Amino acid sequence: MGILAIMVLNKAGGLIYQRDFNEGLKKLSSNDYLVLAGTFHGVHAITSRVSPVPGSGGLEIMESEHFRMQCFQTLTGTKFLIFAQPHQPNIDVIVKRVYELYADYVMKNPFYQIEMPIRCEAFDRNLLAYIQPRQ
Amino acid sequence: MQRQDPLQSPFVPFSPNPSLQQGTPTATAPLKHSLTASQSSNLRYSSSRKSIYDRHLNRTQRSELSKSSFAFLFGEMVQYAQKRVSGIQDLEKKSATPSFVPTHVSPAGPRHLKSLSEAIHSLTPRRLNLHGYTIGQRLLELLLWRDGRSAKRETRILGILQFITTTLYRSIFNKPADALEKSRDNEDEYMLIDNDPMVSSYISIPKEMSQLNCAAFVAGIIEAVLDGCLFPSRVTAHSVPTEQFPGKTVFLIKFDESVLEREAVL
Repeated sequence: MGILAIMVLNKAGGLIYQRDFNEGLKKLSSNDYLVLAGTFHGVHAITSRVSPVPGSGGLEIMESEHFRMQCFQTLTGTKFLIFAQPHQPNIDVIVKRVYELYADYVMKNPFYQIEMPIRCEAFDRNLLAYIQPRQ
Repeated sequence: MQRQDPLQSPFVPFSPNPSLQQGTPTATAPLKHSLTASQSSNLRYSSSRKSIYDRHLNRTQRSELSKSSFAFLFGEMVQYAQKRVSGIQDLEKKSATPSFVPTHVSPAGPRHLKSLSEAIHSLTPRRLNLHGYTIGQRLLELLLWRDGRSAKRETRILGILQFITTTLYRSIFNKPADALEKSRDNEDEYMLIDNDPMVSSYISIPKEMSQLNCAAFVAGIIEAVLDGCLFPSRVTAHSVPTEQFPGKTVFLIKFDESVLEREAVL
């Protein structure tokens, strides 16, 4: 499977976690990542409003020639963005597992301050251990 | 949940008699209050009017606890241990008491610490240790009681360490400890090794607090059990991360001289 990158956005649209899993990705400056996250947050809010279907949850999947992006929004408003290769199967399962890891290793860590950037070594380690063998 | 007025509260099993406690004297609540209070169900008294103290002690012997809820509770305990110091004065008052001096963390003592935050961090393991200590005292009693007639009073160092690595560890973590080693340098030191302590499996220590190991809580439990069996000692938790086990923890058990003297006689 080809997972390219994972991002986590807090409910205000701030980028709290970003990690690349593919060597070939173009590196952006940390400021650019923040802008990207903020822009996506805005677009997501707009799509949920302009949707013709009432009660829409907003943008979920975006597909392009080179990648496919899946967004998963939790009930609390935290967003998980997964960038994968175009025909990657079972992204739902991966998203769910990443959410689970987040709930375990970030939310149960007494040293993590909510809504702040994630700096949890155990989360990094377990995320990598989950993604790497599936690449 | 409504907090009860102390005058309204019924007699709580295992709590000391209020008339024996220091501080402002309170009138002992008349018995009829306990009848009215037990009508409604709360944490202490269920609707069947039986408190957890009325249950048989073996009832929870094999029952399991949710690891998630424990992780959240323990997280709060760690935060509580860190937050309790409100200022430098409070800290000094606490560290003036000999039992609070974290000699095992900073040999120079708290006075030589560079900043308040550093001082707080150095006190945290001691506090967690104290939390664990109170649990260990009760746990030892319970374990020996559950052993029934086969309960035995351990007199040798190896015997008590064996009890900790198997019986105690199995009863709290449902697995024995991973290794038990004797220190090569010091006669009075033993090392109990846990490759992945359950209490800190979800915890990542920030880099600036790398000395801290939240398994100090477990160290407190071990210390209480050793003290309770008349093996006065000091137990500290140290992180020894390896490639395979990033959370590997060594509990360093340092026995009091009196223990070694007695061991030599036996």
